[in-house]
Amino acid sequence: MDIHEYQAKEILAGFGVAVPPGALAYSPEQAAYRARELGGDRWIVKAQVHAGGRGKAGGVKLCNTDQEIVDACEGMFGQRLVTHQTGPEGKGIYRVYVEGAVPFEREIYLGFVLDRSSQRVMIVASSEGGMEIEEISAEKPDSIVRSSVEPAVGLREFQAREIAFALKIPPALTQQMVRTLMGCYRAFRDLDATMVEVNPLVITSDNRILALDAKMTFDGNALFRHQQISELRDKSQEDPRESRAADRGLNYIGLTGNIGCIVNGAGLAMATMDTIKLAGGEPANFLDIGGGATPERVAKAFRLVTSDKNVEAVLVNIFAGINRCDWVAEGVVQALTANPVDVPVVVRLAGTNVEAGLKILNESGLPIIAATSLMDAAEKAVAAWRGENGGDKVHYIKAGAN
Amino acid sequence: MSIFLDKSSRVIVQGITGRLAQFHTQEMIDYGTNVVGGVVPGKGGEIINGVPVYDTVKEAVYETGANASLVIVPPPYAADSIMEAADGGIGYAVCVTDGIPAQDMIRVKRYMMRYPRENRMVLTGPNCAGTISPGKALLGIMPGHIYLEGNVGIVGRSGTLGYEAAQQLKDRGIGVSTSVGIGGDPINGSSFKDILMAFETDDQTEVVCLIGEIGGPQEAEAADYIRDHMSKPVIAYIAGLTAPKGRTMGHAGAIISAFGESASEKVEILSAAGVTVAEHPSAIGETIARTMKQFA
Repeated sequence: MDIHEYQAKEILAGFGVAVPPGALAYSPEQAAYRARELGGDRWIVKAQVHAGGRGKAGGVKLCNTDQEIVDACEGMFGQRLVTHQTGPEGKGIYRVYVEGAVPFEREIYLGFVLDRSSQRVMIVASSEGGMEIEEISAEKPDSIVRSSVEPAVGLREFQAREIAFALKIPPALTQQMVRTLMGCYRAFRDLDATMVEVNPLVITSDNRILALDAKMTFDGNALFRHQQISELRDKSQEDPRESRAADRGLNYIGLTGNIGCIVNGAGLAMATMDTIKLAGGEPANFLDIGGGATPERVAKAFRLVTSDKNVEAVLVNIFAGINRCDWVAEGVVQALTANPVDVPVVVRLAGTNVEAGLKILNESGLPIIAATSLMDAAEKAVAAWRGENGGDKVHYIKAGAN
Repeated sequence: MSIFLDKSSRVIVQGITGRLAQFHTQEMIDYGTNVVGGVVPGKGGEIINGVPVYDTVKEAVYETGANASLVIVPPPYAADSIMEAADGGIGYAVCVTDGIPAQDMIRVKRYMMRYPRENRMVLTGPNCAGTISPGKALLGIMPGHIYLEGNVGIVGRSGTLGYEAAQQLKDRGIGVSTSVGIGGDPINGSSFKDILMAFETDDQTEVVCLIGEIGGPQEAEAADYIRDHMSKPVIAYIAGLTAPKGRTMGHAGAIISAFGESASEKVEILSAAGVTVAEHPSAIGETIARTMKQFA
C-alpha cells in the first residue's frame, strides 16, 4: 500500500528523521495561507499523488509570492498528473503540500528495500541523489553503496557509519546521518514497510541533513497489525475498478485490452492473459477469484469484469481440483442467468468431471462458448471478440464442434 | 524414491481444528497419507478426523514420532507456527497460508539458521498448494487424483498452474515423482534451486518441470544451477509475459521491480542455460513428453 509524501515525512519525523517544515492544503487559498504561516520567502508546492517523477511532470513548483502559489495550485487541483509511473491516465491531485524552500549543497539517494536474494532488508544509497535509482544504476553504478541488515539484531550503528563514510558525508554530520539511517530502518521494521525511499536526502547550505522527499510503501499482508497505517489508504489514487474489486475481496488489476479474464489462481490468471496475447488478443484485466471458485465469486467476478466498458469478450478459465467442474459450470450458468451479459463468454474448465461440466454449459441454452485447452479458449475468445465465426458477436459453439 | 515425502512420512497438521484444515486433512488421509496427529494450542486431547490433537509440536512429535507438518493457520500466527515446527524436530514442513507479512518470513528464515544444516527443517511455501509424491503421500491442499506416479519432478510457484501441468501429463499417461509448490510470496522457505538440487539427486526423477513467473531472482538463480550442475533435462514455463511493470499480480511476490524479473527476461535466461521453455501453458505436457522421448 502506498501513502503520500507528506504522510511518509510525518512518519519518518516521528522516528527522528529531520524533514523541512511543511503544511498540507486542499485549496489554492489554503496553500497561500499555509505558506504565510510557515514564513520565509520561497516555497515549494508539491502535488500529492502516489507516484514518483512528479517534478518532471510539473507536479512540483517553486514559488516566490502568494500569487505564484495560488497560480501553481490552480494548475494542480482537480487535474490528473501524468508521470512515467502513473500510466497515461495519470493520478488525480486533491491535496498539495507546501514547504519552505531549502538551499542545499548536495543530494543523496537513500532507499530501504526487501531484498529477495539475501531475504533481508537491504539499504541502497548513492552520492548521486536527485536522479532515480534506475538512472543511477545505469549511469553511475559505482556510486551505489549497499548494506544488508541482519534481522536478528537490526541495523547496527557501525553499518550506518560505514554508509555515511562511503557517501563521503562530512565528519561533522556523521552522527546526523546515522540518526537518519537508523530512523528510516526503524520505521521500515516497526511499521512493516516494503520500501522506504528518501530522494533526495540533502546536506543543506547551513550544514543539516534533511529529507526533502520521502516515499513509503507498506506490506498489505501486515496491515492487520497497523491500524494507523491502513487508515492512510487513499482511494482517489487507485484505479476505481481495482478499489471496487478489493472491497469485494477479489484480486483485480485493470489493463487496457478487450478480453476480460476470470481465473482461479494467480499463476493461472497470468498464464491466461499471456495465452490471449499469444492468440492475437489483449487482456482487459488480471483477476484471480481464488482457489475455490464458488458460484458467488464467479457471479461477482462477472459483474466486475463486465463493468469495464472496454470488455468485448470474457474468458473464464477454471481449474477445478478439489471442486468439480460440474459444480463450477453450474455456478457460471447461475451467474449468467441472474446477470445476463451482452458479450460472448468463452468457458474453459479443467480438472475433475470435465465432461459433466461441459454438458451443463452446452445444455444451458446460454450463449456460452466451451473450450477444452487454454490455448483453445484463448483462440475462441479472440475470434469471438473479433466477431468471427459467423459475424455475429454473440454466438454459441458446441465444445469440440469447432 | 521421490523427495521430501514418501510412505514413511508421519504427518501432523498445525491448525487442524480449522474448517479448511479439517477438510484437507481428510483429503490427505483419503489419499493414503499417514496423518498421525494435529496441533492447536489449547485444544490438546481432542480427536479430529480420527487423529489426536496436541497443544504443542514437541508433544505431538514425542507422542507420534511425526516428521512432517502441514502448517495451515491464519497469517498472523503462521510464522510462529513454522518456527515451532522447526524447533520441535519436524524434518519437512509445508505452509499453505497466504498473507504472511514479509518481515515475519524474514525472521522465520533467520530463526531456522540457528539449527545446523543436518538438523534444519526444510520448509516449502508459504502461499503454496503443497507437495505430493503420487502414490505415497500428499501434504497440502492439491487434488491428489490429477497426479499419476512416475518420473517427472514438478516445482512451481503457482498452485493451479501446477495442476494444469499435472493434468496435461496425466492425459498423456506421464507420471510425477514429486510435485513441490514453493509458493508465490517474495520470501519463501525453499527456492527453485533448493528443489532442483533435491530432484537432481533423486533416482526416481528423470525430468524436471519448472513453473515460474514474474518477480524475484529465483528463476535466474535456478538457471545458473541448471547450467553448471544439473544432469537431468529441465523444461520450464514462465507466466506473466503480459504483466505490467511494478504491479503485484495476485501473488505478493509476482511483481517486476528489477532487471531480470520480467517473464521475457526469465525465458531468455533459462533458455540460455539449456532449458526448453514451453511457449504457452497448454504446451507444457507435450514439451515434457517430447523431452522424455529425446532422453529415453
